[in-house]
Formats: sequence, C-alpha cells, structure tokens
Amino acid sequence: MIAFNKYYNKFNILSISLVVISLFFLVFKGLNFGIDFKGGTLIELRSNDNKINVTSLRDNLKQMNLGDVSVKNFGNETDFLIKFENDNNKNIIEEIKINLDKSFGNNFNFRRVENVGPKVSAELLKSGIIAISVALFLMLIYIWIRFEWQFSLGAILALFHDVIVTLGLFSLLGLEINLSIIAAVLTIVGYSMNDTVVIFDRVRENLRKYSDIKIFELTNISINETLSRTLITSITTLLALLSIFFFGGEILKGFSLAMIFGVVFGTYSSIYIANTVLVRLNVSQKTILKEDEKV
Amino acid sequence: MLYFSKLRIILISLICIFFIFIASNNLFSPNNRFIEKKINLGLDLQGGSYLLLEIDNSPVIDQKLQNTTSLIKTFFKSKNIKIGNLNIKNQKIIFTVEDQFKKNVIDEFNDENSEINPYYPRFKSHKFDIKDLGNSLELSFSNQGLVELKTSSQDQALEIVRRRIDEIGTNEPNILKRGNDRILVELPGLDDPKRIKSLLGKTANLTFRFVSNNNEDSFGVEKLKYENDLDEDFVSKRIILSGDNLLDAQPRMDNQTNETVVSFTLDRVGAKRFGKATSVNIGRQLAIVLDGKIISAPVIRDTIPSGNGQISGGFTFQSATDLALLLRSGALPAPLEIIEERTVGPDLGQDSINAGMIALIIGFLLVIVFIFIKYKIFGLITNTALVLNLFLLIGILTIFEATLTLPGIAGIILTVGMAVDANVLIFERIKEELKNEKNNLIAFDSGYTKSRTAILDANITTLLAAIILFFMGSGPIKGFSLTLGIGIFTTLFSVYFIARLLTALYVSKNKEKEELI
Repeated sequence: MIAFNKYYNKFNILSISLVVISLFFLVFKGLNFGIDFKGGTLIELRSNDNKINVTSLRDNLKQMNLGDVSVKNFGNETDFLIKFENDNNKNIIEEIKINLDKSFGNNFNFRRVENVGPKVSAELLKSGIIAISVALFLMLIYIWIRFEWQFSLGAILALFHDVIVTLGLFSLLGLEINLSIIAAVLTIVGYSMNDTVVIFDRVRENLRKYSDIKIFELTNISINETLSRTLITSITTLLALLSIFFFGGEILKGFSLAMIFGVVFGTYSSIYIANTVLVRLNVSQKTILKEDEKV
Repeated sequence: MLYFSKLRIILISLICIFFIFIASNNLFSPNNRFIEKKINLGLDLQGGSYLLLEIDNSPVIDQKLQNTTSLIKTFFKSKNIKIGNLNIKNQKIIFTVEDQFKKNVIDEFNDENSEINPYYPRFKSHKFDIKDLGNSLELSFSNQGLVELKTSSQDQALEIVRRRIDEIGTNEPNILKRGNDRILVELPGLDDPKRIKSLLGKTANLTFRFVSNNNEDSFGVEKLKYENDLDEDFVSKRIILSGDNLLDAQPRMDNQTNETVVSFTLDRVGAKRFGKATSVNIGRQLAIVLDGKIISAPVIRDTIPSGNGQISGGFTFQSATDLALLLRSGALPAPLEIIEERTVGPDLGQDSINAGMIALIIGFLLVIVFIFIKYKIFGLITNTALVLNLFLLIGILTIFEATLTLPGIAGIILTVGMAVDANVLIFERIKEELKNEKNNLIAFDSGYTKSRTAILDANITTLLAAIILFFMGSGPIKGFSLTLGIGIFTTLFSVYFIARLLTALYVSKNKEKEELI
C-alpha cells in the first residue's frame, strides 16, 4: 500500500500555489483567444513552392496594412496559418489572394478560411463561459444529490483546480483558446468528476464498513483500493489522446493537449484535493450515517 | 448478474449483428448499400462553406414606421383630432396632439380592439407602445411587435436566399433560421464562396425612376451615384416600376451593340405601366436603380408596350448573369451581413479524415494491446466488447444520419479510451472480491453488483458534460458532444450485455479454475 496520505499537506500547498500562479497568469498575462472569441480572420495556406517561408509571407502581408498580422507554420514547412483582426473589409480574402498571386505566382492553395465578426465572437465567448459554468453547477447538484455536502465540496474544489490550472497552463504557454478548447475543458470537467466519484464511492463504502478507522487512514485505503483502476483508465484515456495529438492532424492538437493536461490534473486532484477536503472536514462514519437515516 | 437466458443471448447477438450490418453500410458505394442511410460528413471533413447571415432590420423598421405615420394621420383626421409635428426619430414616431385629446389618443393606442395598434392576445401585447413625453407622444415598436416584424422579414429573406442559392445550383445546400434575425447557410463542397457571398450581399432592390430636370436636392428628388461611384444624377423618388413586376430576367448579347445586357419580361400590370410611362415621356431619361445606385439611365426613344426590355450598363457576361439571377429571385426585405464565415477546402477535409482515421486506428490498437496485456483472457473479452461498441456507436450515428465532424472523430477516439473504464472497474472489483471469496461465481457476481454505482456515477457525469456541450456548442463541437454522448450509452450496453455475457460464459465453464483473473 502506498502512503498517499503522508503527502497530503505538501501536495495541498503545491495545489494552492499552482492555482494562485495560474490565476496570476490568467489575470496578468491573460489567455490567447483565437478568432472564435476575439473575432478576426484566419487563413490556412499551402504553398507549392518551398522557397516561400514565414518571413517572406509576413513581409508581403505587412504591406497590405492588415494591422497586427500573425503568420506561422502550421504542421509543416509548406503550410501556413495567417491570422489578423479584420475591421470589416468584406473583400479582404479576395485582396489577399490577388496580392499573393502577384507576389509569389499562383502557388497557394487556400485550405481554410474563417472569418468571425465581433458580434459572433462575443456571443461565442459568452456561451462558452455559460457552458462551463452550467457544467460546474450541474456537477455540483449531481454530487450533492448523490453524496453528503463534504464530498460535494471536495469534488467541486478538485474540478475548479483542474479547470483553473489547465487554463493557467494555456496562458503560460500562450496556447490558443478556441471553441474546441471549451469542449476539452467540459470533457475534463466530466472526466475529473468521474475519477473523483469512483474514489468517493469507495470512501463511503469503507466508512460504513469500518467505524474505528480515522478518515486520514480511510482515504488512503480507498485510494489504494481504487488505484489500479485509476491508473489503467488514465493510461487508456491518455493512449487515445496521445494518438489524437500525434496523428490526428494540426487542428486537433490544441484540443488533445488540453485534454492530456486535464486528465493528468484530474487524476492528481481526485487523489490529492478531493480526499484531503474530506480529511480536513473530519468526515466520519456519523457523517454518512446521518444521511442514511434520513433516507 | 451472471445468468443469461437463451432468449437474451439470442437478442444480444441479433442486436450486435444488426449494428455491424448498419455500420458497415457506410463502407459501400451508394448503389450497393442495404439501406439508404449513412453518416453525413460535416463541412470540416467534406469541405464546404458555412455562412452566418444577419438581417439588418432597421430599414424595414423605418419603412413600417413610415407607413404607420400616414395611417395615424388619416385615422385621427377621421375622428377630428389633429396630429401635429409627426416625424420619425431613432426608430420612434414622435407627434404632438392638443392637450384635450391626449387621453383619447393614448386610450386609442391602448385599446385591445384598436384599429391602428393591433393587439396580439397570444402575447398579451400591442404592436406599438405609446409613451407620454409631456409635450409630445412617442410611439415605438413593442418587444412583441419587433419580434413579429423580425420573424416576418426573416421568413422572406430565407425564401429569397434559398432561391438565389438554388439558382446557382450548389450541392445539397442547408439553409436554416437562427434566432429571429439570422440565417445559416451551409454549402457542402463549395471551396470558394466568393460568388455566393457577393450574391447574398446584395438586396437587389430594383426600381425604374425618371431622371429629374430640376437639378437640386428638393422634395421628391434625390441625388444618386452611378455604379462607378463617380457620376451622379438627380432622380425622382416616384417609382415607375419595381423589381416586383418582373417575371423573368436573362443575360443576353445585344446583336446591334455587341454588348452584354440583361433582358427582362414584365408582368401584365408592369407592362401596362411601363407602356404608359414610356409613351408620354419620350426623350426623357429613365434611371434604372439597383440598391440605391444607378446602373444606367437610357433615353426613352420609343413606347415599349410589350413589357419586354433590356438593361445595359457595361456588364461582363458574369455580372449580367448575376444581375439577372438577382432580379429573377427577387429582392431581400432587408440587407444581409455575413457575420461569420468558415470555409474548408476539400483537400484539407480529406487530410482531416485521413488523420482522424489514423489516430482512431492507432489509439484503438494501443488501448487493445494494453488491455490484453493487463487482463489476458478478460482483456480479450473487453476488447471484443470495445470493437462491438465501436460498431454500435457508428451504427447509431448511421441510423440517425448524424453529421460526423473532426471533433466528432476525436469524441469516438476518446470514447474508446474511456469505454474500458467500466470493465476495468468491474475486473478490479472482482479481483478484490476474490481475495476473500473462494467461489469464482460468487466473486464475479458481487464484483459486478458492487461496482455498479461507481460506473453509473462516472458515466452520468460525462453524459452531463456532453449534454451541455450539445445544447451550448455550435457546429463541429456539437459533433463532438454527439459522439461522446451516444458513446456513453453504447459503452454501457457493451459492458453490461456483451462483456458480461462473454464473462458469464467463460466463468461458468471455468468455475473450478484457480486464479481465474
């Protein structure tokens, strides 16, 4: 049996620091919102001429007065991603096409064009925030119905930790937040909850079984009993996600990366946040027996 | 938990065979399919254009208010109440009335049987709200009145958008309402929406009006620019003919001038009016105005009684074709703005499909190998259930003819990764039970029973997340939540019916064996 409980304090301090650092980054550095949430234009280009590179492309586009243009390679040397804020020029894509054909010859294939107006991006951001809030709220309700309030608090703190730290990491690394990241965050919420609930289920079962074991020990026993399941499920989920990350193409990279972070944090938080809350709230057999009598 | 009746075994097998059948249907070409259904590919996978259009209703509101002002005037005149200073400001009608009549006027607007302010009993609301500003009265659209107006202009706009897109003849377009002032257009297979965008960007409000002789911006006359944005002319506001009177319009080559023109045919009323106007105005210039710009202003040389005419204006064949198309399909009630556009080229779509499939196959293999190494014979059972789970998932998506997007494929891969969780929970529980229980059958049975709540909890939480995503998300994200959500149900089925059946069969044959798992 691994003594997870020996490190409860240390990891609590670590988690609190991680959350504080993440919040610090979120507030002061902010998130790198993609055009879904910020509005603007995105163009994915593929060139047939491998002499064309990011610098020559950027210099060329700078002459068009597009404002703040970002040009990056996308996946490989001949694919480019161009992003800029579009102040409502409807023909901008045509103009860029003409300009690029003039400067580089007819060497470009416009693989993807996205144009999101300011109104739509504001709405998408709003509905993204609402979706995550509603998800957290529903999880709270669900776990509140299923367990006692001490458990709900533990699970929700673990959830907030996972979401905040994942977003903090995105802020730190400057990774783009787009619609698929919202999907990833929501899936993380589901996954983290899932992991926590499995351990809690066992904690409650053990609380009924053993009246003389303190919660400090009891959580450790429960974590160990469910450990192999926790690891196996995390591994298979990570195998699937790594496969998406490495082979699923550029578009899914951000999504799978967010999910990979989330699964790792989710597994960690189920052990070191959700359970320590139970310990700190001094949950005992009485806590659940009271509830049992009511039912 | 380990007993299965014969009937149940047969039923489960039939369900599996049925879904394998349905799922593999997607692999065949359309002619060789057993059923008509298949999974649709989202625009991000097959390539195509997604356009979100927003209707700018302010001209419609102004127009309706304009109509209402004259209505108010005549209505109260008949009641001998004088309305003064009637004008429209910020989409509100403002007018004054003598103090002694003020109450009557306000009552008239708030009367449920009012003739000038329709009442909608269903919404318990009038079309307009009246407000007393002290020295004047203010009339504005009520919320319900605004909704009514928006819905009706959305209906009209949708019809016109559909006609324009149908005229171009794109492949299976999808045109839907969004909210009460937006229209969503999905055009599969279209990799350059330039032409559609320019066609949808025009209101196509066509009018024939005389060029005015008195060159000043007086009442009844307005200054309009030509299409080239340089020349201008004063044009009468009186409309001789509008696009509503058009029966047909076609691009044509004029044999005499060798110029591309748009020839049109008028309906009976239009032809009569056109004939009359041209007969008494020979020598005058008739301006052809489209969306507030003059296309051309030819001099009338002869009476045109037939109702056939032509518009010239330095067209190329393409621009003449487009104008004819716009005129045939009719004018939009209000201008449309493209507020969101997403276009994916077909080769990127194909690349995404390939990448998604490779990721699915590799992810699947990794999980299968890992589970087999971990659980041996029970790993085999889990893997069989996992494969069948995939068939069930794809089968259900096929039956509902769901749309598969790239995030949707990610959802399937994720389902593969998470689907083993339930079986893992069960097997780990059984292992624990076996520590205290020597009888294999009892240990397996209680393993299944005791792990059930954890499995249900775990799946319900993921399902909640998927449901929220489905209702909040748009386009591709919906595809993800769909596969993730359906994946939960197929997973539970494959775990509790398929894997449990196989486990039961194996355990009952080997119940005496030690270290079974």
